[in-house]
Amino acid sequence: MQTGLFSAEGCGYRKRSTLRLLKAALFLYFPLNLLPKKRSQAKFPGMPVTNQQRNLHLLWRAGFGPSAAALASLPSSTPKAIWDAQLKSTANQPAYIDVADDQLKNILADAYDAAVMGAQRRQLSADQRKQLQVRSREGIKTLNLTWMNQMVSSDQQLREKMSLFWHGHFSSRAINIFYQQQLLDVVRTNALGNFGDLLKAVSKSASMINFLNNNQNRKGHPNENFAREVMELFTLGRGNYTENDIKESARAFTGWGADFKGHFQFRPFQHDDDRKTFLGKSGNFTGDDILDIILEQKQTARFISQKIYRYFVNEQPDADKTAWLANRFYQSNYNILGLMTDIFTSDWFYDEKNIGVRIKSPVELIVGIRRMLPMQIQNEDSLLLLQRVLGQILFYPPNVAGWPGGKSWIDSSTLTMRMRIPQLIYAGDAIAVKPKDDDDQMMGMKDHAEENTIPNANRKGGGNRAGQQIMATIDWNAYLQSLEKVPREELIAAVSGLVLQTSPVINPDTVKKYTDAGSRESFIKTATIQLMSTPEYQLC
Amino acid sequence: MIIQRKKFIQLGSLATASLFLPKFLKAFEKPYMVPPGNKVLVVLQLSGGNDGLNTVIPVHNDIYYKSRPKLGIQKETSVLLTDEVGLNPALAAFGDLYHDGSLAIMNSVGYPNPDRSHFRSMDIWHSASNSNEYVYSGWLGRYLDAQCSGCDKPTQALEIDDVLSLALKGDTMNGIAMKDPHRLYNTSHAAYFKDVLAQHSDHADAPVDYLYKTLSETLSSADYIFEQSKLHPSNGLYPTTGLGQSLKTISSLILSDINTKVYYVSLGSFDTHVNQEAQQKRLFTEMNDAVKAFVADLKSNNRFEDVMLMTFSEFGRRVNQNASGGTDHGTANNMFFVSGGLKDKGLLNTMTDLNDLQDGDLKYRVDFKDVYATVLKNWLGADDKKILGKEYNHLNFI
Repeated sequence: MQTGLFSAEGCGYRKRSTLRLLKAALFLYFPLNLLPKKRSQAKFPGMPVTNQQRNLHLLWRAGFGPSAAALASLPSSTPKAIWDAQLKSTANQPAYIDVADDQLKNILADAYDAAVMGAQRRQLSADQRKQLQVRSREGIKTLNLTWMNQMVSSDQQLREKMSLFWHGHFSSRAINIFYQQQLLDVVRTNALGNFGDLLKAVSKSASMINFLNNNQNRKGHPNENFAREVMELFTLGRGNYTENDIKESARAFTGWGADFKGHFQFRPFQHDDDRKTFLGKSGNFTGDDILDIILEQKQTARFISQKIYRYFVNEQPDADKTAWLANRFYQSNYNILGLMTDIFTSDWFYDEKNIGVRIKSPVELIVGIRRMLPMQIQNEDSLLLLQRVLGQILFYPPNVAGWPGGKSWIDSSTLTMRMRIPQLIYAGDAIAVKPKDDDDQMMGMKDHAEENTIPNANRKGGGNRAGQQIMATIDWNAYLQSLEKVPREELIAAVSGLVLQTSPVINPDTVKKYTDAGSRESFIKTATIQLMSTPEYQLC
Repeated sequence: MIIQRKKFIQLGSLATASLFLPKFLKAFEKPYMVPPGNKVLVVLQLSGGNDGLNTVIPVHNDIYYKSRPKLGIQKETSVLLTDEVGLNPALAAFGDLYHDGSLAIMNSVGYPNPDRSHFRSMDIWHSASNSNEYVYSGWLGRYLDAQCSGCDKPTQALEIDDVLSLALKGDTMNGIAMKDPHRLYNTSHAAYFKDVLAQHSDHADAPVDYLYKTLSETLSSADYIFEQSKLHPSNGLYPTTGLGQSLKTISSLILSDINTKVYYVSLGSFDTHVNQEAQQKRLFTEMNDAVKAFVADLKSNNRFEDVMLMTFSEFGRRVNQNASGGTDHGTANNMFFVSGGLKDKGLLNTMTDLNDLQDGDLKYRVDFKDVYATVLKNWLGADDKKILGKEYNHLNFI
């Protein structure tokens, strides 16, 4: 049953017969209640999935939806062609995103020099610390917007999408811009590489070491925070290790630290070099040894495969499919690109039950709109405001477990806001919503989120209402061109086919009632905005 | 229940005309006429980590004054409750409530292995979880799950804000967040939303149905809340501050027939690393004046007995002041309970022991989940064990 849409050769996987055996063996691990439940009926019986729907499905799941330029070729292209193009573009390594300005770098360099020159305690002065905090906070906003722009415009859609997944998986909050940049680079560089390399690089990043208190993990005074989370959240999942495994491995991670410049430091005098017993093995383990033992556990491959399946395919895990994926992921020694190839080239990925069933995260929603409707945004800070109101601020995950995703994105306030966004962009209406304060970001200072967005002077729809707006100009050219040959009476159906992946779609008469039929252009524009302002558009 | 409340409100308005009534009818305006089961909880969140030690002040404690040579509040300037205990000078109305028997203070509330990050500690308070667990639903959201299983509008828990807090997100239901009923009505009643909702027909288990269900609940809640808010708009005099207006909105809804049992509102930021005195004073003045007006309003409508306002903050602050005229993130903290229907009043437990610190921080003596369990069971009549997932101790102040 695991036949690919197209051959997955070249991924270095074993032959299928071996696989079948392994699959059968793996099956024994899963209790019966994890077996896939039979669906009583198809979602929209009798309607075959069209080629365009498959293309859109792949573009949305392996990236952030179609770009305006790609719209014209949507009906004629194929998933294979789209996938091949992705493989080609992701072959290049991503450029380091560096938004820290010279002043920030100088503060750090000065402090570092002073420390090297003989100060006993490698510490910043109170003033330098404050400068670093204030400027870091601003820097992280720039980093946020820069990365978001990358998601919008990069050809490496798969890499950025995968990076967003890992950004939530290896969830860390750090108020130091350099730590954040470094961790983002680790994630983007290794996003499609080897999971073991990624795990080790993240574990040794200053951001994670500080976030999970490993700087305080010393021989005789262990801090178990990192040891616990690395197993619970990053690799094995709950129930696959004991409290004693946490205690023992925490000892192995003693001495792992980072200096304030963000360099990994192994401090031999703080390291507990004695014997440890971890997951049934004994030895004078180091932190690296522990991570290797964790990677030897097939459970790690299972845990990651299942999380990836739920994120990229369907929130309802299919035990059969995830077992197959985990098996191959493990055998490939954790080749992430191989795992993603298995998913996106399998024909079950394109089953209708997997299409249009995933609730877009706020970042995916905003980036998706900006890809389909390219726009110049004068006040990019308004995008930060949207992230805050909708509940996903890049670099500020809710906790080390990341964003829970799925239905948790939706409540009455966020849904209403999501359905207003297209209109906010198109008509420049006032946002008129104040996000909650974030004391971790603000550190007791006044919040400038509102002031930073330009007040609504002379914009239609703004009136006298308080609030800010998104000052954007959409470039409709490519979008309009892609619909050039569509007869007027088929326009709503055509727009619907570009914008929505669910079926049955919105009643065309409802849409028509709110379109501006003054010209063909305005008709298309307003129909597009209306169709994006629906519950259906929240899904991909 | 709603009928009982209606009856009560009618009686309440009767009572205002009691001057002209025979004596036996006057009995109706007595507080014990409040029908049981109509209790309302108002949660006031002090965001940012309010400094509990400068809120409820141990005015005879040398360690306190030694730790805070600049920030320590002198006995003479504080609002004295007892010879040993004073309140922050900006909380005069709370002093009156104390002497009136309408204020209870619980000291040293917290949880084991406290976390000093705002978002994490707030998460723990909102979800009522342990500090090593990650739970994505809130305690009031799960209360709502129980109250509103199969109901069409989740208005039993309302937040006065543009964005919904984790505390009000349940496993199956979410509370409604709104700044004011009229605006909620306008925003959600864009004609297009209504039409989109109208053209949709359910397709059993299609995921989009979850979104339509939320949309439908939003629209019907907006209608309902707006209608209710017009029934008995409060004519109390409230300050024009954010909290003042939020409490006025809450009061108008409490005086209506609405089925809301829990209101949630936040004030902040209490994250006073720098120049604490001025910032805390400003926020406490806002809180003091708003709560004073709220209590007066409820009293004049005979509803103070069945409304309880409860304050909390994600953590307290360190005992020692820092070098910038402020304090840094700490641990245990105090909570206020304001109501005309308290069983135990005043100081519910002894003041925090400043001789018994852990790394310069206060030790918690009351788990906040005990407080939640008590409020859920004794005030809201809910199954606290089911909502909190565990049996916690019940306190007896309500």
